[in-house]
Amino acid sequence: MDYILVAKNVTKTYGDHTALSNISLQIPKNCIYGLLGPNGAGKTSFIRIINQIAHQDSGEILLNGEPLAPKHIASIGYLPEERGLYKSMKVGEQALYLAQLKGLSKNEAKEKLKYWFDRLNIGDWWDKKIQELSKGMAQKIQFIVTVLHEPKLLIFDEPFSGFDPINANIIKDEILQLKENGTSIIFSTHRMESVEELCEYIALIHKSEKILDGKLSDIKKAYKNNIFNVGVQVQKDARDFLKSLEDKFNILSSEIDPIENQLNFRVQLTSSHTGDILTELSKVANINRFEETIPSANDIFIQTVNNKDNGK
Amino acid sequence: MASKLGLIIKREYLAKVRNRSFIVMTILSPLLMVGMIVLIAFLAKVNDDETRVVTILNQSAFFRSDFYPSKNISYVHMDDLSLEMAKDSTNSLEYYGLLYIPEGKTVEEVSRSAYLFTKDNPSTSVTRELEDVFQNQLRQDRLQKLGVTSEQFSTVEKPFEINLSTFDGEKSMRGINEIKAFIGGGFGYAIMMFIIIYGGFVMRSVIEEKTSRIIEVIISSVKPFQLMLGKIIGNSLAGITQFSIWIISASALLFMAVLIFGIDLTALSNDGAAPGAVGMSQLGGMDSDMVMYAKEIYDIPWGLLIVSFFIYFVLGYLIYSSIYAAIGAAVDNETDTQQFIFPIILPLMLAIYVGFFSVFSNPHGPIAVGFSLFPLTSPIVMLMRLPGGIGEGGVPLWQFLLSVFLLIVTFLGIVSLAAKIYRTGILMYGKKPTYKELIKWLRY
Repeated sequence: MDYILVAKNVTKTYGDHTALSNISLQIPKNCIYGLLGPNGAGKTSFIRIINQIAHQDSGEILLNGEPLAPKHIASIGYLPEERGLYKSMKVGEQALYLAQLKGLSKNEAKEKLKYWFDRLNIGDWWDKKIQELSKGMAQKIQFIVTVLHEPKLLIFDEPFSGFDPINANIIKDEILQLKENGTSIIFSTHRMESVEELCEYIALIHKSEKILDGKLSDIKKAYKNNIFNVGVQVQKDARDFLKSLEDKFNILSSEIDPIENQLNFRVQLTSSHTGDILTELSKVANINRFEETIPSANDIFIQTVNNKDNGK
Repeated sequence: MASKLGLIIKREYLAKVRNRSFIVMTILSPLLMVGMIVLIAFLAKVNDDETRVVTILNQSAFFRSDFYPSKNISYVHMDDLSLEMAKDSTNSLEYYGLLYIPEGKTVEEVSRSAYLFTKDNPSTSVTRELEDVFQNQLRQDRLQKLGVTSEQFSTVEKPFEINLSTFDGEKSMRGINEIKAFIGGGFGYAIMMFIIIYGGFVMRSVIEEKTSRIIEVIISSVKPFQLMLGKIIGNSLAGITQFSIWIISASALLFMAVLIFGIDLTALSNDGAAPGAVGMSQLGGMDSDMVMYAKEIYDIPWGLLIVSFFIYFVLGYLIYSSIYAAIGAAVDNETDTQQFIFPIILPLMLAIYVGFFSVFSNPHGPIAVGFSLFPLTSPIVMLMRLPGGIGEGGVPLWQFLLSVFLLIVTFLGIVSLAAKIYRTGILMYGKKPTYKELIKWLRY
């Protein structure tokens, strides 16, 4: 597979505090890669190293196969978690300045800014000062200056904080669109809901160590434990039927609706093979629901972190 | 990379120059400055202009033509009136006082029984002037009794001043050291003001980037050192702009004020509380030597002074403003800066005071030499010594070179330390750091 970014055994310490210990990651091209972990896990330290704000103590980082160098600044776009703009500077002037710092010429920057301002319907903000804008409006500008120079790699650190739901959706769609257009995206967050919608790959960082990484669907498969939610309408007595099931299967929980003669339960099977229980059920009942419970990213996150902490 | 530095400098410059309070200060300061000077000059003039009128009732044969109107006092003679009438009319005409000189046989006797009548307690300047007249007459009178003629007396009275010379035979002059140090001190003082004002600008600009949280966005595009350097240069260019506007407009205003109000600015030099006034007033008092002073001032190595002002200004400002930048990076808001600013201001103040006290009295004494070598004070103290020139009679060349060398070494050291603190500090939020922590940052 083609990787936009490869980190090999990256370690970073601040005094006697270890921020990253021996982190190795491979981030495929043209995907959204979730960098997950609790606050203080080391995500931001890692991102700062990619942006060459900080430098690793040991280890290597390759961008597009080349060791990270100052020239790569122009091919990376970074939206930090702690972000803001010059309050007393005009929107347009400020965007031009930041774009030029990323290596765009003034004319290029103007052209691209016009495109983005039209796209997000903020064309008339050009001469306003940031302090006249609301927080959400300023965040839109911030997003534009991050993506303006069309970087190959975009890094978003908690991108949705500070947005109301409507604007968060607009930004989410823009991020997906950027991915469609071929950009590789690192998405750092501790909010798991957004991860499921966006990320194809994830890495979990906890207490400066990587504890899990890979394709999200693979991880989910690995983490599922053959638990199924089942709903059946029973023709004979539901209670007796439940009893007979409990003898043969590991029923985790159950409830009976006596009026409809409906039995709902959660069952954990010994393997992903479902033939036995389906045969048993279909003898005496109409199956109206049979679904595997797939762990959410949140579950995986919590489970892994807990395992790790207890294991120590 | 260079173009990025250019962009930062331009932004910092424009951000500062367009700032409303900056514009207001730029316009108002010369007005205030000139206003102050005009006010002081005006008040001094008003003070001087108050000529008091003293009436004289002289019933004796003496002191007939000894009271000449002066700057302070003019005289009205009321010799035909009686004492009571003279008192009444002096009072009703609201004159300052009445000098009553009764009849008598000798100057001695007349003087002893003379009276000055005033409404309130008389001012010492008036009594002194009157007393001088009596004193003078009495002295002549007493000398005449001893057989000394008034011609002889006036030769005796000629004032004396000791002749001064340097060892190599050049005639040296009173107060010239002070004048020279004062000129150098002017340059040194300008450096100190510049550092304090525009170093503070740099610091506030760093704090602004921290509080607005734009810092991480910027340093993902440029190196922190570039940003720091751009900030320092941009702000100092804004400072130079402001300084130039101040100097040009203040001189223009002053010129206009002199023309319009006709204020005699030389009057100020006598009243000035500045230590240099010692030299200036002596200068005013010795008209015959005026030309020599002018020559001496002309002989001050202005070229050297201006070149070294430039060197010391640039290096000194860079050292101090990078410390200011580091402080700005270390704190979250301006109120936290106090504990760190005091140690910076201290050497600057010390330089000015030590400079004025030690360089004035002895430009080549051990204290003056020491402080002009120590890099945190040398930009100010060395400039005070330099008007004496380099080499014979002035600053030894090795001292000059050593101080510049030390300044450059310190500059490199301080800037790299400050850059380290800056680099770490700008990404630290919500902590008020201690000195201990700052030292820890140096090792990151």
